Amino acid sequence: MTDLDAFRLETRAWLEANCPPGMRAPVRGEQDQCWGGRNFQFSSDDQRIWLERMAARGWTAPDWPCEYGGGGLSQAEHKVLREEMSRIQARPPLSSFGVWMIGPAILKFGSEPLKRQHLPPIVRGEIRWCQGYSEPGAGSDLAGLQTRAEDRGDHFIVNGQKVWTSYADQADWMFCLVRTDPDARKQLGISLVLFDMTTPGVSTRPIKLISGNSPFCETFLDDVCVEKDQVVGEINQGWTIAKYLLTHEREMIGGMGRTGAGQRTLPEFAVEAIGLDNGRLADGMLRAEVARWALDAKAFELTAERVRDEAKTGQGVGHASAMVKYYGTELNKRRQELMLALRGSDALVWEGAASHEGALPRMWLRSKANSIEGGTSEIQLNVIARNILALQ
Amino acid sequence: MPALVLNEEQQMLKDAAQRFFRENAPVAQLRALRDNRDETGFSAELWRNMAEMGFAGTLIPEAFGGSGFGHVGMGQLSEEAGRNLSASPLFSSSILSAVTLLLAGSGEQKQATLPAIASGKLVVALAIDEKPRHHPWSINTTAQNLDAGFVINGHKSFVVDGHVADRLIVAARTNIGSQDSDGISLFLIDPATQGVKVERTIMADSRNAATVRLDHVRVGEEALLGQLNEAHAVLESVLDMGNAQLAAELLGLSLEAFERTVRFLQERKQFGVVIGSFQGLQHRAAHMFSELELLKSVVLKALVALDEEAVDASALVSLAKAKACEVAELVTNEMIQMHGGIGMTDEFDAGLFIKRARVVQQLLGDYRYHADRFARLHGF
Repeated sequence: MTDLDAFRLETRAWLEANCPPGMRAPVRGEQDQCWGGRNFQFSSDDQRIWLERMAARGWTAPDWPCEYGGGGLSQAEHKVLREEMSRIQARPPLSSFGVWMIGPAILKFGSEPLKRQHLPPIVRGEIRWCQGYSEPGAGSDLAGLQTRAEDRGDHFIVNGQKVWTSYADQADWMFCLVRTDPDARKQLGISLVLFDMTTPGVSTRPIKLISGNSPFCETFLDDVCVEKDQVVGEINQGWTIAKYLLTHEREMIGGMGRTGAGQRTLPEFAVEAIGLDNGRLADGMLRAEVARWALDAKAFELTAERVRDEAKTGQGVGHASAMVKYYGTELNKRRQELMLALRGSDALVWEGAASHEGALPRMWLRSKANSIEGGTSEIQLNVIARNILALQ
Repeated sequence: MPALVLNEEQQMLKDAAQRFFRENAPVAQLRALRDNRDETGFSAELWRNMAEMGFAGTLIPEAFGGSGFGHVGMGQLSEEAGRNLSASPLFSSSILSAVTLLLAGSGEQKQATLPAIASGKLVVALAIDEKPRHHPWSINTTAQNLDAGFVINGHKSFVVDGHVADRLIVAARTNIGSQDSDGISLFLIDPATQGVKVERTIMADSRNAATVRLDHVRVGEEALLGQLNEAHAVLESVLDMGNAQLAAELLGLSLEAFERTVRFLQERKQFGVVIGSFQGLQHRAAHMFSELELLKSVVLKALVALDEEAVDASALVSLAKAKACEVAELVTNEMIQMHGGIGMTDEFDAGLFIKRARVVQQLLGDYRYHADRFARLHGF
């Protein structure tokens, strides 16, 4: 038996013994996700226990070094863990911008004290992070951001406004792009700073979206004091980190096109909604569209696999994140439109318990943001054309 | 499952194939064959050189004179041949026929054919389709069992390289009255046999296929290839292996068409600037780039699945062929549109790319055929 096989057996046994029954079911919506943080209300004891047990092993951030609370797993072990979790339909124990975004950035660019301060609480799900990037005047042209950080010796005073801050009203800390040198060329005067959302001068206001939900906020920063030791990387070098984080974000959002563990595939959803006639989906036009989607979805999944394999051997074109973001989000929007069509008028019920308060149409509307957030589809196509195809 | 990257041996084969086809069988060669109305539709010298390189025996085990490099290996050759629109009997003989003989042939039949196929001396063509749209089980050709042999009657179309083949493999219904994929058998036939009439059809891609008429063709029992009435499973595998290679060919063709188009966008000036600076064209080019990245993945996955004899190989092959058809159609259409008027001229190569693409798309099933098959294999 190889070490990896042994690891698989141990992992399987541990998951069997420790994953609570209530956590072995597909995530149906927001309410089933555990975001952690100071203000988080667990939806069940199972959810709380599952987070605690996984965090104790560092498996909420499986590939982070053990010294910062992570699992210390190799890529191959991490893959085994994912496979074994998906085998029993185990839910992710923690959904976290800390794990997905700022954690990796701190690991890569942060000072040793920053790592020790911020990484372990992220792993334990104690601190929930939000991202301060976009501004009213800086959307696709993110580097044009105007939030100012004035140097006051040992600290900065930050003034400005952020928008589309995911869950800012529930977050504990923000990682935020600010302008530290107003005279430099726009990409060169930006820094990435961290601050507690309870700092005086920070206020948030939820934005109600077409889905009826408010996952995003406006965040106002009025004379917010930020200590200088809370700058990630060098002062005025924030754009490099921002691009690194955008790459992460693009791959993450692009990944939404993939069918998650335990989630029903679109063909399964279609068969349930429409039924079969002689082994074929009973509606020929829908069948053709579902098939086209399923072909593209499988091709996309295999491309993610190939990109990972190429990265391991040092091959590949780079810039894959723009393609993954563009294709994955368009794919997810197509899936949501097809789900709507497959369920007909049932999919448009907005209120009431039978429709889980309109879960399906709200998810469909939420997906429209996928090709906007983290850089629009058009920006991704610009990046591909300019950086890969040398068209300019 | 192995990683979705080429191993060192496969990469070396790809590099060798890249050089070989670029130097020995560029697009200009196909153009010359067409303009000279070549009788065979390919260069005999090229085929000899390909055999010397070992290409003709890539799928044939060493025991029968091949190199046993497998489907991923052969896929690299198909891709590079696709880039250059190189015409040769590689697909008909070294792929379709070689794997049919490998899977169905007796020891004697294999010994008599495979080493000769590997050395390029024997060209064998596979005759299945009878209708304009691929439907392998719509077989009206019959082979009646008579006096220790068979009498074959029927008609086959779109038989790639049929007119230059030294042997034909013919699918015929032996259980008369059977339906669909049941009751079909394969026969290895010398086209010189009385009653066999092979007629070349010059296709849009300037390559060739043939119609084969079989009129009371008498063959002995030794002509039977594989089990009587049981050709179905063999043909399923053969068609999978063939389609994976066609998908690889379409990948190479599409990559070349795309790269030529991008170069044109970088150079062609209108309104005082290069047209590649226009966002209307940039976004379409970037979309094609993304589709091609997906195509690379599905083609490699299908080839790996065949080498690994994976249980879902058939679905992965249909995925690869369906996607290849879709992307090749997109890219060759955009090649002409983005080149404007020059793309419509015969002097320019875009026409050769789009014509070859459509022929390969139709061969053994187009997007619709394979999307339907993919859906059926996934239970919808």
